[in-house]
Amino acid sequence: MGKKNWLILLGTAVFICSFPMLVTKIKAISHYVDVMVFAGIFTLVCIGLSLLMGYAGQICLAQAAFFGIGAYTSGILTTKFGLDPWMAMPAGMILSGLVAWIIGVPALRLRGHYLAMATLGFGVIVNIVLAEEVDWTGGPSGMADIPALQIAGYKITSDIAWYYLVWGIVFCALIFCLQILRSRVGRALRAIHEEEKAAECMGVPTASYKVRVFILSAVLAAIAGSLYAHYVACINPSSFNLMWSIRFMLMVMVGGMQSLWGALVGAVLMTFVGNEWLRMFAEFEILVYGSILLAVALFLPGGIVSLASTIARRRAKRASALEDAVS
Amino acid sequence: MIVEASRSNAPILRLEGLEKRFGGVAALQGIDYDVPVGIIQGVIGPNGAGKTTLFNCISGIIEPSKGWISFEGYRIEGLAPHKIARLGVSRTFQHVALFKKMTVLENVMLGRHPKTRRSFLAAGFRLPGMRSEEEHIREKAFECLDFVRLADLAGLHAGTLPLGKQKMLEIARALATEPRLILLDEPAGGLNMRETEELGDLIQEIKKLCVTVLLVEHDMNLIMDISDRILVLDFGKVLTSGTPAEIKENSAVVEAYLGMEAAGILM
Repeated sequence: MGKKNWLILLGTAVFICSFPMLVTKIKAISHYVDVMVFAGIFTLVCIGLSLLMGYAGQICLAQAAFFGIGAYTSGILTTKFGLDPWMAMPAGMILSGLVAWIIGVPALRLRGHYLAMATLGFGVIVNIVLAEEVDWTGGPSGMADIPALQIAGYKITSDIAWYYLVWGIVFCALIFCLQILRSRVGRALRAIHEEEKAAECMGVPTASYKVRVFILSAVLAAIAGSLYAHYVACINPSSFNLMWSIRFMLMVMVGGMQSLWGALVGAVLMTFVGNEWLRMFAEFEILVYGSILLAVALFLPGGIVSLASTIARRRAKRASALEDAVS
Repeated sequence: MIVEASRSNAPILRLEGLEKRFGGVAALQGIDYDVPVGIIQGVIGPNGAGKTTLFNCISGIIEPSKGWISFEGYRIEGLAPHKIARLGVSRTFQHVALFKKMTVLENVMLGRHPKTRRSFLAAGFRLPGMRSEEEHIREKAFECLDFVRLADLAGLHAGTLPLGKQKMLEIARALATEPRLILLDEPAGGLNMRETEELGDLIQEIKKLCVTVLLVEHDMNLIMDISDRILVLDFGKVLTSGTPAEIKENSAVVEAYLGMEAAGILM
């Protein structure tokens, strides 16, 4: 990880640590801590998706399904088998990774729209299973009374405790992925995105790398799903449907696909937009999402994190045009 | 000693009855040819003669319909390209296939991929050895950049280089994999005369590193100057082969490929 990334990481960490102290002082926005817990959970999903879409260049519309696999594995193992939540989480990660491996090997041979369709189909299937396996999942009404996480005998119940736990995990995941990106593996992923054939001829096993990133993104989504299940305590299939896969994708695109920081910025921003600021639009929400996606694709293809460099480039262009005009 | 001697005489690349069909069209048929170790092997032929198809078969991008390709005694036909790269075959592309948004240095560092091991978990957890491996990759990449004289441009994005420098960068990236056989697909295409001369010198330096060079090129002066042997393809078949001098005097080549005008230039 380069100096620049460490500095951004430090700055973000300081902000995240001090955020609850700032907002809890103001009553009107004291529930922002709760929103930020969700934002952190979604950031985990988006980090994986950003690796997959932005770096390896693979489109996936099944992220909510892996999110759901994590959540339901935790839910079922803790409520039906009385397993400790900290044991259920790795079980969800393993299951999710395994499923990603099984569908990834054939699906990642597909490209572009076909891959999107295949993952979309998989996402829908998972959602149907969650809704229909009533004995295990509770069907459309879902499952309730999922126990909270415990650390050293203390139940984590307060929003503040959840906030620090979730964001602690987010930072671990961020550091993990940033270090991957700085390594030969990261270079190989970017190479696959740009010139797959050349990467293959330079000794990069492209097929196996794509599958491995897919598995990594599924595992991250499962961790997020497990945290989500233990945080909200009751889950139902509608939190893991296609709409959510699209939302995760939107978060990554709005933030900026070419950088992991984009995943963080996009997830936080879109969580606030979705949970807080756009509540009044109710069922027109989807229209608003569509417009945001359109606007980003048209005017800011690099996402919000590219805002500064885009403006700088425009200024430079204008300045040089001016110089040309003068001379 | 005897084993060593016989091994060094064995061809590095052996093609036997190689055939590639696209639907009903035979792009290559019945190619039998041995490439000796350590030479510059030119491959010429009119457009559509099957030169690039031959390269794609050797590097694994396409699978031959019939026949064998053996590299240092291993059968490689039909293997995935990354496996062939690991065995020691590297290549450049007729249409430059660099990673344009990555820096010049990163492009060459990627070439170290088959020579390094550490994967996702080692990288993510930054296990011991990761940093030293990364430094080793960087060092080797700079060596390759020095070799093609691009070290001072290491920090630029590959897409911003002029075409001549991009072609050199592709060679550096291919060399970073430490190949024993390198396939150069029209490296002089789009280069000016001075650049082509430099390229010729560079290819001869590559040969001195004990890397066998397979060179497809349309620039006749270049290929006649530096090749040790030349293989002539026509309509997917071997027309003839020999030293540059023999090829120049071969009337079949002159007629089938060079045409009378070009023959005048060469004589």
